[in-house]
Amino acid sequence: MPEITRDEVAHLADLARIDLSDAELDHLAPQLQVILESVASIQGLAGDDVPATSHPLPMTNVFREDVVTPSLTPEQALSGAPAVEEQRFSVPRILGDEQ
Amino acid sequence: MTAVPDSLGLVGFDEVLERYDPAFGLEVHVELNTNTKMFCGCPATFGGEPNSQVCPTCLGLPGSMPVVNAKAVESAIRIGLALNGSIAEWCRFARKNYFYPDMPKNFQTSQYDEPIVYDGYLDVEVEGEIFRVDIERAHMEEDTGKTTHIGGATGRIHGADYSLVDYNRAGIPLIEIVTRPILGTGAKAPLVAKAYVAALREILLGLGVSDVRMDQGSMRCDVNLSLSPKGSGTLGTRTETKNVNSLRSVERAVRFEMSRHAGILDAGEAIFQETRHFHEDTGTTSAGRAKSDADDYRYFPEPDLVPVAPSREWVEELRASLPERTADKRARLQVEWGYSELEMRDVWAAGALSLIEATVAEGTSPQAARKWWMAELSRSANDRGVELAEVGVTPAQVAEVQKLVDGGSLTDKLARQVFEGLLAGEGTVAEIIDARGLAVVSDDGALGSAVDEAIAAQPAVAEKIRGGNQAAAGALIGAVMKATGGKADAKRVRELILEKLA
Amino acid sequence: MSELILKTAAELADSLAAGETTSVELTQVHLDRIAAVDGDVHAFLHIDAEGALSQAAASDARRANGDALHALDGVPIAVKDVLTTIGLPTTCGSKMLEGWVPPYDATVVKKIKDAGLPILGKTNMDEFAMGSSTEHSAYGPTKNPWKLDRIPGGSGGGSAAAVAAFEAPLALGTDTGGSIRQPGAVTGTVGVKPTYGSVSRYGLVALANSLDQVGPVTRTVLDSALLHELIGGHDPLDSTSTTTPVTGLVDAARAGATGDLKGVKVGVIKELAGEGWAPDVMRKFNESVDILTKLGADVVEVSTPSFQHAMAAYYLILPAECSSNLAKFDAMRYGLRVTPDGDPSAEDVMKASRDAGFGDEVKRRIILGTYALSSGYYDAYYGQAQKIRTLIIEDFKKAFEQVDVLVSPTSPSTAFPLGAKLDDPLAMYMQDLATIPANLAGTPGISIPAGVSDVDGLPVGVQLLAPVLEDARLYRVGAALEGAIGPVLSIDKLEVAR
Repeated sequence: MPEITRDEVAHLADLARIDLSDAELDHLAPQLQVILESVASIQGLAGDDVPATSHPLPMTNVFREDVVTPSLTPEQALSGAPAVEEQRFSVPRILGDEQ
Repeated sequence: MTAVPDSLGLVGFDEVLERYDPAFGLEVHVELNTNTKMFCGCPATFGGEPNSQVCPTCLGLPGSMPVVNAKAVESAIRIGLALNGSIAEWCRFARKNYFYPDMPKNFQTSQYDEPIVYDGYLDVEVEGEIFRVDIERAHMEEDTGKTTHIGGATGRIHGADYSLVDYNRAGIPLIEIVTRPILGTGAKAPLVAKAYVAALREILLGLGVSDVRMDQGSMRCDVNLSLSPKGSGTLGTRTETKNVNSLRSVERAVRFEMSRHAGILDAGEAIFQETRHFHEDTGTTSAGRAKSDADDYRYFPEPDLVPVAPSREWVEELRASLPERTADKRARLQVEWGYSELEMRDVWAAGALSLIEATVAEGTSPQAARKWWMAELSRSANDRGVELAEVGVTPAQVAEVQKLVDGGSLTDKLARQVFEGLLAGEGTVAEIIDARGLAVVSDDGALGSAVDEAIAAQPAVAEKIRGGNQAAAGALIGAVMKATGGKADAKRVRELILEKLA
Repeated sequence: MSELILKTAAELADSLAAGETTSVELTQVHLDRIAAVDGDVHAFLHIDAEGALSQAAASDARRANGDALHALDGVPIAVKDVLTTIGLPTTCGSKMLEGWVPPYDATVVKKIKDAGLPILGKTNMDEFAMGSSTEHSAYGPTKNPWKLDRIPGGSGGGSAAAVAAFEAPLALGTDTGGSIRQPGAVTGTVGVKPTYGSVSRYGLVALANSLDQVGPVTRTVLDSALLHELIGGHDPLDSTSTTTPVTGLVDAARAGATGDLKGVKVGVIKELAGEGWAPDVMRKFNESVDILTKLGADVVEVSTPSFQHAMAAYYLILPAECSSNLAKFDAMRYGLRVTPDGDPSAEDVMKASRDAGFGDEVKRRIILGTYALSSGYYDAYYGQAQKIRTLIIEDFKKAFEQVDVLVSPTSPSTAFPLGAKLDDPLAMYMQDLATIPANLAGTPGISIPAGVSDVDGLPVGVQLLAPVLEDARLYRVGAALEGAIGPVLSIDKLEVAR
């Protein structure tokens, strides 16, 4: 049976950029374990001969012509921003490197 | 994590090769020059005011959806064909999930295990030797926004107080071209790396799919390098040096990392797998982000897009319309232009082939075009550490100057001064000639007195010419040229001298 | 209370066409109803009285000139708060988007505006459409108008409750695993999940992109058909939008209303019955099956063995997709920004904002999805779930070789008490057992009221499923069944009465 430990939940929350408190970890980890045990029932059910379905309808080649369409105005683009400076989105200092 | 020394001293290049075999790989990102972005109809052009070229899709607003730009797919296929690659019959976009403020959705829509191009190659020449660079894949993806770091001492990311993001660039189509590890190049590794990028750039220019301006970021290189014990045939731990953004830097980055790796390996330490930053000013690299869990990108097929399945008819149509292959073109132009093998090789190595071709197309003779590009302009590019194509003079300007030389209103010497002016950014050809007073003096009145003075100053020479020795005129011409500061029309001076001493 | 609110949308359209009423009057009586009962029901998150009345006035002006845009021009509608609306807040029931006003309209919103339907407001929902009770809304639960201590279903409990409480004649919902049909079942209303890709998702804030679909929430099958035809059709802004139009829905509903189902083959899904299904629900369901037989349908039992794995596959695919979709809520460009003390970095602000902005259910699913997509687990979970999806599609195909439509109860029980399953996610997930397979396969489904339970007097829903692009079959059979069952919802049965 797969196990999703409290530490693993903490790690996943970190990957998902959610600052879970200890209380939240205590609360969510056991619930996630129950859910995981339930969904894990499908492991190994379908073999290599079964193709995966990522799109419910089999469509291909949906393209757009390379023609410019109107953009938002900068005012519209920035209308929901928590902080704006010089017509740009102002964000706190960034720790990591660019990818 | 244990502390890993960034460098344990650099080992001399020749010494590195005594003990190690280098292997390198290149990941090149090319921004396509489509009208619109990869997944929306916003303009893909540079220079708009901040956040003026964004829409719900490229800004990642809730509810927005992507639609693939057909032209970007076409460009990807043409690039793949030009790189001798196979075109996938069916492939998908995938989400590469990671958080970063310049990414509107916190996932990049890219391709993962199903690239549109796979198994290509490019033959590159270094000092007469051909090296085959195997290309593993080329895939489509989107660019990120542009971040400006505010505060702190350097304006760099580290130490900044906060950052400002402009998403105009977010969503511009990118093609990432990834080589397999390139082995067996030995001492030529840095040059092969550079030559590959140069050859790739030539091909992309020829296809017309990108501006390929390394200085503006429309072509960006990541250089992977590893060393293995000489003759072992294995692959060592690699480092990935990011954003190496000129041909010269590609060569320097390979060279530097070889020396740095060797220092660490010589000391019996292990190479730490990480990304590194290249510093143009010093030609060195410094540690960046360590490879870690954060590299678990949780790829999965993009559910908002349907698979791309280019028909074979379309692929063949695009193949038939490809421009001439570079190698064929090089051979053809060498014959057409009457260059020697050596001349052509130098032209190629300097990245001047397209530039000369464009100059010749403007009406300049191949010899004159080669002269300017390979002498004045190459020297300036070398001195300043920039690519010839980015030196600041266009083929049209070279042709304009040469036309004036051919017409007699500039001498070669004056033409050099015009180029000096162009390189210094003094304006157009006409403006520079005007401002620097470079027009050739062919006015008989002005020249007449200078000729008279020269004759008077050198009576013995004048006597020889009167006696029929026309070759002696050279000395007088030289004197007149000197007196006029090189601006005299030498041909007219000669005529005047011969008239006066007839 | 004006008797006008008791009319169906089709009747209101006829009244408008006949000049017996005006859009302003219709809009006003519904706004009055909202003012009277929504304090109890809490179906709406935002009410746009001013905007709705001005759209209504414009509609009346058009009609006076003989320029009505559509049969439903002037009939007011409520919109689930997961669809973007220019100038109206779109919160998705989350603190994360409190106060966010989109600069663009969802394609379906544009279509209803272009057809002249005044928008009364935005309806409550489980946060980012995750839930089956609307209790996961950050703005408090919606109550079931039948009994205010019961859930109205979810995630679209707001739209269903608004229509059931006669606050709106029509509403738009979205259905990812049953979020239109299950609320329909427990509120005695009609809800349709159209064929995947047949209604544009552009402007629908995605929960799970490969499962989501916009659809109608109404009190009658004919009203659903009218609204469905209006919002459907190809959209170049949605790459997964089908180019084959889904047509003939209104005609099918009218044909079905004649009550003749001779020659129609109906399959009862063997796997969607038995353990876990409330006996009162099963009794009502079996009555519906008997009615279908009486109407002339040929009813047989069919087996779809893979359906037993649908829920597990769904709770891997959905969290995976939503963990990625919801990454964009990072406090950088819009939405809630929480700045912790000290000298926080962008990463710190993202983490604090996402912790504060998302509720428990959202966090559970993001973490589960992050797990399912992680390298090392992908093949065992997400990859496997996508294969199960293939098996379910094949089961549907085989079933539809034997029958024209499939039938099952919509939901395993009637509306349960608020709070009953709030801390038991799995029990909550079980609500969608019958509705999930259609989302995995992209097939259309409808829930119509089958009657009320002989135990608690609350409504029971019956679900019909049809093959991809054959939505018309749902309307034909649904209208016939609806006519034979007779009215289930009436204002006098509601706890929020006149």
